[in-house]
Order: sequence, then structure tokens, then C-alpha cells
Amino acid sequence: MQKIVALFCGFFFASGLIISGMTNPHKVLSFLDIFGKWDPSLAFVMVGAIGVYSLSYRWIVSRTAPVCGDKFSIPSNKDLDKKLIIGAILFGCGWGLAGFCPGPAIVNITLLNKQVIVFFAAMVMGSLIFQFTNKLNA
Amino acid sequence: MIDYSNFTPYSALIGGVIIGLSSAMLLLFNGKICGISGITGNILVFKRHDTLWRTMFFAGLVCGGIVTFTLFPTTKAFVSDASTTVLICAGLLVGYGTRLGNGCTSGHGVCGMSRFSKRSILATCVFMISGMVTIYIVKHVVGG
Repeated sequence: MQKIVALFCGFFFASGLIISGMTNPHKVLSFLDIFGKWDPSLAFVMVGAIGVYSLSYRWIVSRTAPVCGDKFSIPSNKDLDKKLIIGAILFGCGWGLAGFCPGPAIVNITLLNKQVIVFFAAMVMGSLIFQFTNKLNA
Repeated sequence: MIDYSNFTPYSALIGGVIIGLSSAMLLLFNGKICGISGITGNILVFKRHDTLWRTMFFAGLVCGGIVTFTLFPTTKAFVSDASTTVLICAGLLVGYGTRLGNGCTSGHGVCGMSRFSKRSILATCVFMISGMVTIYIVKHVVGG
């Protein structure tokens, strides 16, 4: 059941990304470019998503367990550490360069566009490099 | 200066609500936080118990992409002016950075901010500012 829910959530999530305009890198970059011709649309995506999620969050975690599982996996880490900040800086640079964050990059590979495939392959490489170097440090 | 010709508040809001609903469903049914970089990045870790639902979520994203792009063909039209070199650098930064910082726009930006997690609020502010500074340099300093 959990697998079917995951498939369905992924499906629904992708359609939300496309309808919202997040899958269009030009739109993302116009949002980030506050000193150019600014397109504030993506702020509305955040408002819609955070509005729904924050309202349902309290109700959901007040349950003793999820519907198809035995416990909620919610991050317990509270450290505002260097890794978090450096990671966010690096991610922001990449986001501002190409206009893709991970979700829209995955959804866009279905268009089989060469640029997206190059970006996606590099993103997977970046993730693997992290995994490899993290293992060495551990 | 606001670019009203490309401003799409309604579809953005509707899309955002759908994103919020699907993230809430994943929490309600599976008890998982809907962070794309974490869910998909950890497919490559091969933890026996977790790999299958993560892969199913990834498959859902792909199927959702195919179906929605087919239903709304105009959404397919996108332009990226970035060169191959820039795309490779950007991809590496996004892949590495989201794993190091434990999240991206969905995990930190949507789920984390909604939970009032201090880590996520900080991360979201940092990657937003970092993205804004990057495009400012690319467009108005180098490209200006």
C-alpha cells in the first residue's frame, strides 16, 4: 500500500509542479531576478503549498501513527550547522544558474530535452559525489 | 519592477495547493516528509527497506510529468539560455548542495517551513538569497 501511495503522491506532486509553473526554468529565474523584470508568481506557489501543508501538518501528526505505517519519520536534527548553510548556498548557486531544483528537473526529463538531460545527469553525479565523500569522512 | 505580462498568480496558487496536498498525503499515509532531493537521492543508497517506495515516488513523478505535459501542452514550452558547461556546473551544485544541506525547495521550503523548523527556515532563506545573488551576478554584473 505504501508503494502505491508513494506512486500516487509523486504523480500528483509532478502535476502540481507543472501547473504552478515551477517546471519552467525561465519562470523560476524571473522570480529569483528581483532586480530585473520580476515575476512574483512562484511566491504564490509557496503560499499555496505552505498554506495547505501547515494546516494539515498539525492534524496529521496528532495521530498516533500514519495510516499505512507504524511511525512518522520527521527530522529531529535541530543543529544550525555549517553543512546546512554551505549546502544551501551551493544549491542556491546551482538553482540561480539554471533555474532547476530537483523536482522540476526530474519532471522535465520526460520531455527528453537535451539540456534537461545534461542537468539531470550532473545532478545525479553531484549527489553521488556527496555520498562517496560522505562515506570517506564517516 | 513587476513583470505583469508573465504574472500567473492563479495557476501558481492552484499548483502550490496540489503540491501541498500531495506532500500532506505522503505524511498522512506513509509518515514521510516529501523532500524530493532526499527521497530520490537516497534511491542510490540502496537501503533494502526504503528503496522500493522511493523508486515508486520517482516513477510517480515521471508518470505525472508525462501525463500533465500531454494534457497541458503549452506548459512544455520552456527556454533555458544556459550553455552545456553552465548546466553541468549547476547540476553538480544542486545535486551536491541539496544532499549536504539535507533538503531542497520541497523538503526545506515547503515541508520544513510549514513545520516551523529552524533549520529549514534558515536553509530556505539561504538558498533563496544565494539564488538571487547568483542570477544578479549572471544577469546584471557579468551579462549587464
